[in-house]
Amino acid sequence: MSTLRRVARSVLLTLGLPVAILTVWWVASAGSTSFYSPPLAEIVGTSRETWFSAPLAESRLAVDVVPSVLRLLAGYAVALVVGVALGVAVGSSRALRAFLEPVLEFFRAIPPPVLVPVLMLFFGIGDTMKIVVIAIGCVWPVLLNTVEGVRGLDPVLRDTARAYRLGRVATLRHLVLRGASPQIVTGARQALSIGIILMVISEMFAAKDGLGFSIVQFQRSFAIPEMWSGVLLLGVVGVLLSLVFRAVTDAVLRWYLGYRQSQHGGA
Amino acid sequence: MTSPADVAPDHDVVDHPGGASLEVRHLRKVYAGRGEPVEAVADLTFEVRPGELVCVVGPSGAGKTTLLRCLAGLLPATSGELALGGSPITGPPPGMAVVLQEYGRSLFPWMSVAQNVELPLKEKGVAKARRAELVAETLAAVGLADVARSYPWQLSGGMQQRVAIARAVAYEPQVLLMDEPFAAVDAQTRFELEDLVRTLWKRLGITVVFVTHDIDEAIYLGERVLVLSARPTVVLEDVEVGLGADRDQLETRGDAEFARLRTHVYELVQQAKQGVRSLADAHLTHPADAPPPPGA
Repeated sequence: MSTLRRVARSVLLTLGLPVAILTVWWVASAGSTSFYSPPLAEIVGTSRETWFSAPLAESRLAVDVVPSVLRLLAGYAVALVVGVALGVAVGSSRALRAFLEPVLEFFRAIPPPVLVPVLMLFFGIGDTMKIVVIAIGCVWPVLLNTVEGVRGLDPVLRDTARAYRLGRVATLRHLVLRGASPQIVTGARQALSIGIILMVISEMFAAKDGLGFSIVQFQRSFAIPEMWSGVLLLGVVGVLLSLVFRAVTDAVLRWYLGYRQSQHGGA
Repeated sequence: MTSPADVAPDHDVVDHPGGASLEVRHLRKVYAGRGEPVEAVADLTFEVRPGELVCVVGPSGAGKTTLLRCLAGLLPATSGELALGGSPITGPPPGMAVVLQEYGRSLFPWMSVAQNVELPLKEKGVAKARRAELVAETLAAVGLADVARSYPWQLSGGMQQRVAIARAVAYEPQVLLMDEPFAAVDAQTRFELEDLVRTLWKRLGITVVFVTHDIDEAIYLGERVLVLSARPTVVLEDVEVGLGADRDQLETRGDAEFARLRTHVYELVQQAKQGVRSLADAHLTHPADAPPPPGA
């Protein structure tokens, strides 16, 4: 009974505001005659045929949305691997940190979108360019947070690992990566939102398919309800990705919540 | 949870290889920090026989932790020789386990109690079945069998320190180093843990070096007490503790010999605080070899 009530309460809390916003939008735009802000009813109505037309394999969902998301995931994965690997190395070595810091600061200061024209020269306008843009943008928060996480490892735990003669691999696996995982997850979360932005931007310059590409195309051909539906779909994709992210990280960091509480609770 | 004192004495924890000797010869440690180099340990020479339980006391800041970290191979000595069972200590040696003061920080918070105990065994190459056996037996020996699946931070301070002790014992070391392990637990838990250390030490026959700032604890636990001077550290006196093998929190602490040793070591530590660096310079009102006062 009470579990049911709790679930109902959390669903209400989570969905309350989105539903309210959509309702207001729906009602306020119902009689709209403006060409650029059509009624929400019309936007939603057009979504189905725009994105999910039959057969599904030839719909825009399969032709545009899926490739976009795959490029995002590829670039994001590259950023995670490179960011964590480099972050562990930089975080573990003061010399390496001093050596790399100026260069890292320089590259970090360059907004990734301006790299699109440059990278187009090297990689063309295909998938590789877009994946590289996404990876370059996503790598910084992962890298910098990993460095902080590794630097923040408790020296007592490091001593313990050494005293019990844990090897390099075991130390990396059981101490460094686990110990830095809260910061790595923070970086990965920031990187995900950057990745979604870059997924769209990389398609706006030059592309032959993609969600961002479609939205720009609709806008240029004055298919305004379709353009709006693309923006909404983009939001939905973002929400879904962050839900998946949450599920994964909650499992990884299950210990962390209780640990923090026990530290702050003043045992 | 069972109290560790209740653990059946015939409960066979580990097939033990026994203890190894520890030799420290002219150990010197200078910290070359950013400012003036600090000489923490000037010249320490002593030996711990196989299977002996030796306590180290001294005024705070006497370089006790420095000594222990050097022994553990975690800190390189500036000069001098350290050897475990005859072989020089250059890094953390095999056959040595360490229990640190900061129990809350020496256990991996992302692992369960059992996983914490098991990890060093895995690394050591102990077979899986034997690992499970060791983990179960040592956790039972410290009275924590029922919290094996909990996370360390779900336990009280005293229980966390017991996990650290279980981890050290499961490792089947020849030498166990303990750095003020009970400094941060409450007084009652402390008595229990002291008895636990004595019980495990007797059962396993390992060599134990126990660093503490608590004089009573040092005398209660040790077969010998090394009294250190203030920094830069030398050994002020190597005090034999003739309190027998069986010790009891009430009887031993009420013993006249205990009181005499306590007075003596207390005076030494006070003198050490004032900068006395050798027994000859110490002004003791209660000489070490004096018979216990009549009627005590």
